[in-house]
Amino acid sequence: MERKTQIHAEDGKQDILITREFDLPLELLFRAYAEPELVSQWMGTRVLHIDNRPQGGYAFETKDKDGNVMFAAQGTIHAFVPDQMIVRTFEMAHAGFGVQLEYLEFEALGEETSKLSMQTIFRSVALRDAQMKLPFAQGLNWAHGRLEEIVRQLVR
Amino acid sequence: MELRRDVFQAIADPTRRAILTLVALHAMTPGAIADQFDATRQTISRHIQVLAECELLRQVQNGREIYYHLNAQKMKTIADFLEPFRNLWDDRFNKLEAVMKQFKNKK
Repeated sequence: MERKTQIHAEDGKQDILITREFDLPLELLFRAYAEPELVSQWMGTRVLHIDNRPQGGYAFETKDKDGNVMFAAQGTIHAFVPDQMIVRTFEMAHAGFGVQLEYLEFEALGEETSKLSMQTIFRSVALRDAQMKLPFAQGLNWAHGRLEEIVRQLVR
Repeated sequence: MELRRDVFQAIADPTRRAILTLVALHAMTPGAIADQFDATRQTISRHIQVLAECELLRQVQNGREIYYHLNAQKMKTIADFLEPFRNLWDDRFNKLEAVMKQFKNKK
């Protein structure tokens, strides 16, 4: 199984480097980040607005079927260089992770392949670690839910 | 990608976690595993099959009997806290790739 997405997170540092190679031409990879329609499709969220320019910004929002907001995030765009780079902040509402600074670098590997390098910088090492452990903690909750009960059931 | 997500689904089930706990102590035949539960053999057999498909259990033939062992290597993958985070991004980027391929074909 090929591992296309790689995560680098050194101990004691407050950033995460995520790299991914795509079977997509550079132009298409960049458009996936630039056009609201496309962002909305792959992120699975509603794009309230995107203003792709320095001092521009963006806002995402996802609601459940009853209209409750499940996810909301927003940020400011600092640099926007087509097919090369986006520098922006990212903040998820009510998540407690603070504002993150994101450097997204786009490069062509071949005619039909491209690479994204994304460096996310957190306010502290603790916040970075908390964010990285979140999906793991959710998995563990499933896994360890009622372990004791089961062990009791087992012993006869 | 599918497979790795399935590992977490596999251990989300209480009976399957109990099977893993049992087999972790020593290798067991399907019959011996089923004897530990109130559920039918068929139900337990289905759980074993899911665990084997996710490679959490390894089958070893010993004469006429099949023994199930715990695949410690696979369990280690689950213990690695970075793996679910990586999977999250991998899924997200797979989606991006799929969306953009579709977009490209429509053009």
